[in-house]
Amino acid sequence: MVGKTLYDKLWDAHVVRVDNDGTALLYIDRHLVHEVTSPQAFEGLRLASRKPWRPHAILAVPDHNVPTVSRSEGIDDPISRLQVETLGSNCTEFGITEFSMGDPRQGIVHVIGPEQGATLPGMTVVCGDSHTSTHGAFGALAFGIGTSEVEHVLATQCLIQKKSGNLQIRVEGKAGPGVSAKDIALAIIGHIGTAGGTGYAIEFAGSAIRSLSMEGRMTLCNMAIEAGARAGMIAVDEVTLDYLAGRPYAPKGDEWLKAASVWADLKSDDDARFDKVVSLDATDISPQVTWGTSPEMVVSVDSRIPDPENEPDPVKREGMKRALVYMALEPGTPITEIRPDRVFIGSCTNARIEDLREAAQIAQGRKLNESIKQAIVVPGSGLVKRQAEDEGLDKIFLDAGFEWREPGCSMCLAMNADRLEPGERCASTSNRNFEGRQGQGGRTHLVSPATAAAAAVAGHFVDVNEF
Amino acid sequence: MEKFETLSAIVVPLDRHNVDTDAIIPKQFLKSIHRSGFGPNLFDEWRYLDRGEPGMDNSSRPLNPDFVLNQPRYKGAGILLARENFGCGSSREHAVWALLDAGFRVVIAPSFADIFHNNCFKNGVLPISIDTGIVDDLFRAVEETPGYRLSVDLERQIIEKPDGELTRFDIDGFHRQCLLEGLDDIGMTLKHREAIRRYEERRRKDAPWLFNKID
Ligand code: SF4
Repeated sequence: MVGKTLYDKLWDAHVVRVDNDGTALLYIDRHLVHEVTSPQAFEGLRLASRKPWRPHAILAVPDHNVPTVSRSEGIDDPISRLQVETLGSNCTEFGITEFSMGDPRQGIVHVIGPEQGATLPGMTVVCGDSHTSTHGAFGALAFGIGTSEVEHVLATQCLIQKKSGNLQIRVEGKAGPGVSAKDIALAIIGHIGTAGGTGYAIEFAGSAIRSLSMEGRMTLCNMAIEAGARAGMIAVDEVTLDYLAGRPYAPKGDEWLKAASVWADLKSDDDARFDKVVSLDATDISPQVTWGTSPEMVVSVDSRIPDPENEPDPVKREGMKRALVYMALEPGTPITEIRPDRVFIGSCTNARIEDLREAAQIAQGRKLNESIKQAIVVPGSGLVKRQAEDEGLDKIFLDAGFEWREPGCSMCLAMNADRLEPGERCASTSNRNFEGRQGQGGRTHLVSPATAAAAAVAGHFVDVNEF
Repeated sequence: MEKFETLSAIVVPLDRHNVDTDAIIPKQFLKSIHRSGFGPNLFDEWRYLDRGEPGMDNSSRPLNPDFVLNQPRYKGAGILLARENFGCGSSREHAVWALLDAGFRVVIAPSFADIFHNNCFKNGVLPISIDTGIVDDLFRAVEETPGYRLSVDLERQIIEKPDGELTRFDIDGFHRQCLLEGLDDIGMTLKHREAIRRYEERRRKDAPWLFNKID
């Protein structure tokens, strides 16, 4: 018998039943809910007089719409406020635990799930949010779903799914100094393209992945969706267990020991077969900066903006040209000549404690360049914020001229008041540089936390190793 | 969900690849707690010259004359022709709701992003993936022929061109059935209530921690 991949194992353990054509009913262990993609699902439940199947499998949190400035006044925008209040009233009505805006544990859904131990190895984890892939870092099968599927999981604790293919991305070797998980993620997407993982579940493997912290692994799995894969995952090891031990919703005592022994098998068998394998050498990866309007439009900080005329595929060539117009950039320009107006350090990709430490290390004892209009640091959760303050990171940022904010999605998608004005350029640690993502007409360059901080100090992109 | 059987409609060509859901329906419209009313804001940033906000009177906003959906020849279109990886990015089902609300029941492209593709079937929208070559031909034909229409027959899995030429498309059997019958898949899943309970009992023995309460 051939061995199983990690994805095969997770899939098989959750199949309730399967039809002849391979359509499976898949059991969902953990359901995370936020305010934007859930109201219509709760409304659907009500209209059909249904109840959540397992309300205590759900954790809800408002994150997309919440203000990141002082919250004592509540939410200004009445439409945002209604959406956040609707989440609260739905959770109360259906008996679901919610970390509301005033709760010190509130934060971005993909930061708080792992932080609370609500995400565990071997689970299926879903959320009405494409970056649910983040939770795969724990050896879980985690993927984003639409609102109809949110309603389906609420009502049945299951989803109707077809199995994806198995794609292994191996990154071997030791990444150079200044190269973070974000740079690895961007380099992978640059290599396989934003549709490279479509139809697959990705397992990230190899020595460069093993040596990442849990924070780094989450950053990487977070970006699996930008490579087109609904799910990204990493095998369980000591790093996983060390992160989870003692978390509020993680098992305790004997149950922990039993769980840990079961989790030890959450890795691909040596003889497992993948439908596709992509290999990268970590030593080839340098700090990355996106120049266009898709995460695959990415190059090393020390290179130049590519020329669309060298692109053989006509559709891609047109896409590149359009991106350059939107971004107001010329082919051949060195990346280090690009000058951001604003800097955003935050999002479910890069707002965990380690990310803030990396950025703070660069900011320490330095000042924002005077050409930078604004640089904001938005911690991923209330607990990350507190930890950072305990370590004095807030002070480092404030002294350097950064703003220190309350947790939430913030300028990652600009649903609250944090946004770019038309034409403004941003060095951002988020995950999407689509047109208008950070505000209509805004121009986004995706980078690591260290690169973002370095750009804030230098006033232009720069190799963090020069600091 | 409304059934989908056949459709004959004008085709509008959106000649861009990697069209993301942020472009299909920008985030400010995601603040709604309803399922309808997104149509006027479909492709908002491309369609209008000003910045759209929820609650605006869209009929008085300045239109971008260059954007294909605004061209009179495509008025009343019901089929969107697109390029590869259509619907990538966020999981927002609002993207499908906006298409549906604006009158689109069919999207034809060489490939779709997974979550968007799934969301279509929950809402009676048919995403047809066909060969890049065929899509290229369709783009050419649509641009050359004002009023170009296609007929789509889901039962027979066929697209019929105005000259009567037939193109077959593939679709997953389960998805096809859902659309043809307008099925409520929650109702279908609940028929397996007992199987779900049995699964839970078994799992609870092997991995009790999975059932610890979030409270
Ligand atoms: S931080 Fe950005 S990507 Fe992450 S959940 Fe929030 S909006 Fe989505």
